[in-house]
Amino acid sequence: MIEIEAGGVASTVQDDGRTGHYHIGVPPSGAMDSYAHALANHLVGNEESAATIEMTYQGITATFTEDAVIAVTGANMSPTIEGEPIGTWESVAVEAGDELDMGFATSGARAYLAVAGGLDVPEVMDSRSTYTLVGIGGHEGRGLEAGDELPVGATPTERPAVGATVPDEYVPEYADEETVRVVLGMNDHRLTAESRAELCSAEWTVTPEADRVGYRLDGPDVEFEERDQPFGAGTDPSNVVDLGYPVGSIQVPQKPIVLMQDAVTGGGYATVGTVISADRERLAQRQTHDSVYFEEVDVDTALDARETRAERLDAARAAVE
Amino acid sequence: MSEKTTINAPMPGVFYRRPDPEDPPFVEVGDSVDVGDPVGLVEVMKNFHEIEADHAGTVAAFLVENEDEITADQPLVELE
Repeated sequence: MIEIEAGGVASTVQDDGRTGHYHIGVPPSGAMDSYAHALANHLVGNEESAATIEMTYQGITATFTEDAVIAVTGANMSPTIEGEPIGTWESVAVEAGDELDMGFATSGARAYLAVAGGLDVPEVMDSRSTYTLVGIGGHEGRGLEAGDELPVGATPTERPAVGATVPDEYVPEYADEETVRVVLGMNDHRLTAESRAELCSAEWTVTPEADRVGYRLDGPDVEFEERDQPFGAGTDPSNVVDLGYPVGSIQVPQKPIVLMQDAVTGGGYATVGTVISADRERLAQRQTHDSVYFEEVDVDTALDARETRAERLDAARAAVE
Repeated sequence: MSEKTTINAPMPGVFYRRPDPEDPPFVEVGDSVDVGDPVGLVEVMKNFHEIEADHAGTVAAFLVENEDEITADQPLVELE
């Protein structure tokens, strides 16, 4: 059992996502940075599908009621056990009664705590991920608070030795990752030529509203070509007849919002591009006020990037020792 | 006693000195604060988080303006 003493700003139980229900309006949820989530799990011998705690901007304070093996990855939040700093991207043994205390993120936005055995909260629609907008999954469908108790599953028998680390070359430097690649479409043709060009050249900044639902960005005004709105579309030039939103798609009510893991699955805003899957987790590590640049790529490049990212994760797993 | 300390931001976001736009500021320069007293709010991810004094003292200065964008660990309030 893990007893939460302080929940941080926004800490939730997440796994690799609630897939298979998008068509009925259920977004995948799941870890925003699935690379860091997967490696935290790997370090403690868990499958990638095991549930971890995702902490945003500020970590949790929690006590372990039993001996455990843990790993903290993702954003650096200076974790300590009983006041002593512990390594990150590393498998660490803790004893019953030990207190884990995490600070605020100095680099990146989201950190992950994996425990050998995974967090054994009930599955909802085949996933332990928290979807707070609807209040399902994770721990009571909400962010963690003081007093919460999280059960831990059975410790895997085969796992990396305590002290095993992810080598530095596989640990992202979040501060440098300001460019994310996008495939333009479906509705980029609705933009003025100037706005279309600006989308992939302007400096965007992450606004304080950016969260698991969407990354709202600030930057130049985005203009749409005037037209007679078709039947079924709203009156604003940014409205279209309702369509499905890909995860990662960029909708533009006025300023761009990149739809993330907890986003609505469809609606009537033009989606002018989609952040490619390989780069969504990098966007998720941008902090409020950080810069973001979009770089246009084609679908083949996006698929190659997905493959490269998967190979990098496999290589990182293989290099853990 | 003139030893100066600062209250630092525990998270990035936007800093506010008032609990509500219509309300007076939490504290003014010259006010004394106890541990746990709110001195401001930080807005991030559509929520507001109270910034509490982590030690007692007298407010000597605000190091950021109302509605400034702040980063984690940035000094916000100077106490003496």
